[in-house]
Amino acid sequence: MKPLVPLFVVIPLGAAFLIPILSKVWRRFSEIIGGIASASILFLSGYFLFNLRSGIVYPVGGWLAPFGIVFVVDKLSVFFVFVIALIWFLSYLFAINYMDRYTGGWKFYTLFSLMHAGMMGVAITGDLFNLFVFLEIASVSSYALVGFSVEEEGLEAGFKYMVMGEIASLFILLGIAFVYASFSTLNMADISLSLASATKNAVYYFVFALFVFGFSLKSAAFPFHSWLPDAHPAAPAPVSAVLSGVFIKILGIYSLSRIVFNVFGLSRANAPGIFNILLLLGILSIIFAGLAALVQRDYKRILAYSSISQIGYIIAGFGIGNIWGIIGALLHVLSHAMGKGLLFLTSGSVVYRTEERDIEKMAGFGVRMPWTGYSYLFGMLSLSGIPPFIGFFSKLFLLIGAVKQSMYGVAVIFVIFSAVTFAYLLRIENKVFWEKTVKGFSDSPFLMVFSMVILVLLLLVSGLCFSHITKEFVKPAAEVLLRGVLYAKDILGGI
Amino acid sequence: MVVVLGSLLLVLVGIYAILTKKNVMKIVIGFALMEYAINLLFAMVGFKKGAVAPIITSIPPKHNFVDPLPQALVLTAIVIGLGTTAVMLAFALRIYDKTKTFDIDKLRRLKG
Amino acid sequence: MRGMTTIVKTITRIVIGFIFVYGCYIVLFGHLSPGGGFAGGAIIATSFILSRLAFGTTEKQEKNTTVVSSIFESIGGIGFLSVALLGMLFGFYYFQNIISKGIPLRLASAGHILPANIAIGIKVGAALLSIFLGLASTKYIMRD
Repeated sequence: MKPLVPLFVVIPLGAAFLIPILSKVWRRFSEIIGGIASASILFLSGYFLFNLRSGIVYPVGGWLAPFGIVFVVDKLSVFFVFVIALIWFLSYLFAINYMDRYTGGWKFYTLFSLMHAGMMGVAITGDLFNLFVFLEIASVSSYALVGFSVEEEGLEAGFKYMVMGEIASLFILLGIAFVYASFSTLNMADISLSLASATKNAVYYFVFALFVFGFSLKSAAFPFHSWLPDAHPAAPAPVSAVLSGVFIKILGIYSLSRIVFNVFGLSRANAPGIFNILLLLGILSIIFAGLAALVQRDYKRILAYSSISQIGYIIAGFGIGNIWGIIGALLHVLSHAMGKGLLFLTSGSVVYRTEERDIEKMAGFGVRMPWTGYSYLFGMLSLSGIPPFIGFFSKLFLLIGAVKQSMYGVAVIFVIFSAVTFAYLLRIENKVFWEKTVKGFSDSPFLMVFSMVILVLLLLVSGLCFSHITKEFVKPAAEVLLRGVLYAKDILGGI
Repeated sequence: MVVVLGSLLLVLVGIYAILTKKNVMKIVIGFALMEYAINLLFAMVGFKKGAVAPIITSIPPKHNFVDPLPQALVLTAIVIGLGTTAVMLAFALRIYDKTKTFDIDKLRRLKG
Repeated sequence: MRGMTTIVKTITRIVIGFIFVYGCYIVLFGHLSPGGGFAGGAIIATSFILSRLAFGTTEKQEKNTTVVSSIFESIGGIGFLSVALLGMLFGFYYFQNIISKGIPLRLASAGHILPANIAIGIKVGAALLSIFLGLASTKYIMRD
């Protein structure tokens, strides 16, 4: 299994380089190559997820850590890689029909593959500057994809997103410069060993603040969230599904948790102040975005504010700090990726048939588009935390974590805002799908419906098997995070 | 120390340009300034007193070399900055095409 | 885009070959002296951009150039990936050096750095030419 590790990055990059040439020969080649790439990455990541026994340390070019770049595939990385691969494959099936509305042609498939190559690289790397390079690859592709429809709305949203995202990336680079100046190494395991014995002076806190600011902006936590309600609605629907479902999680949440837990070695025992700050950021995201979503009129904007709210749940789960909080946060990554991906795909299906996003102008599509309507219903039930879907179990674990830490106020906020989530998602369901009927059109093409139905089935199946999923995949991932500085001994000792 | 403070001052000037200017082109120039300042800081990190540029002209190498790793990393960062600036300028050009102005106060369609 | 005056055109005819060869020199000797793929690629792109700025282009020429530079960019990218995968074919790690490092300080030394530099030089040159054409082509300037 060890020689297959670089294929996670090589296959999407190869697809992105082949598509411009081969699409000049025949127009449909771009879709075939992208499809082969995403399907093979899905199989590869599934194989890794079910068969990984311990971590793999892959030295690129044969240069061992800490002299060279290493790829580190442990249980946490393989969990995130699987989530990325799953949502990529399903949005790709949706995009084959949906992107006929746009005039970009093969450029969409190249950018889509490049964005996923960047995200895969972020998930499996063990070197700080390599993380920055892959982060930039994914970010720049996403800026271009958000502005893909060169209408006024897409351009304005893309430009705002680009300015804010680039500032975050540049601050991360500044933090990396200071880390290199202090420790002369860029390997994450080596830095964590050096940081354990470093004096906590002003540079230490400055670098930590730079990293937290940069990665929190990429993950749209409050108060750095203001790019998301403009960027996600303006993007084409499969891109919105990937952006909301995986992008903000892998670039923000995964990197933040690696830096806080493994590189800086913090935990609730030795740095409660920082964890309280994370908890506060999470709670403010939940409250503010949840309330803001109640008054919106645009279908995708409601879903975008809901994404900010659910990211608040995940960050609050990390802020709680004990094993149940982290298990709940990671399981919520999976359930929100599938649920929100499904909801954005249904919005794409509605836009494909009716060109309309204002919910006050829509009514009664449920009779005409039954597959879309029922998919939305099940996605809404999962995201609001209703059994037996998986959203219920992720919020349950978050509640258990909060109660075990005696944070009863936090637990109450979790429950109240689950109800608020149900409220604003139900508003869309009622207005769009079930009021009076209109005539004139039918449901979306087969591939789009197929991907939505697969997501519904996955939500149900993963909810029913939640204990197996938690014990096998999520608990080891949470334990990797809680091991803290022992991560360094694993990498440098050679697994 | 003076070098670090100088680069941080340039970063602050770049951030000032991004935050307060209303013309899209001035925002792009602010970004370029900020990127170059951070790259400059990074490249200066490997300096040692009395060392020469890290080019091998004879085997075995005779002199004390400065740290070559930040120079390679800054090369990558400059290329990334180029790509970012290109995309930003493409956005600026398309915005001018659609709205005939470079003023960001006129881009107010998305609110709420 | 329109061309420039006669003086510029004459000087460009003389200078443009030297710029291109200089760029190729920087790419090829990237493992012995400062430079390498990116810097050399930028200089190669400069020679192409100079020829278009000085002599002017028509819309059809710009469309053809966009297609050709896109193809070259992909060729450069695929070349770099194949250099990286070459190590994996023979059972070593990804990106490991398997070409022999000959006598040091000669042109054919330092393993696979030379093919990697050439691939990056082609890719960066084509990419910069595409960026220039994307931002400055006729349909943007003749608009008003």
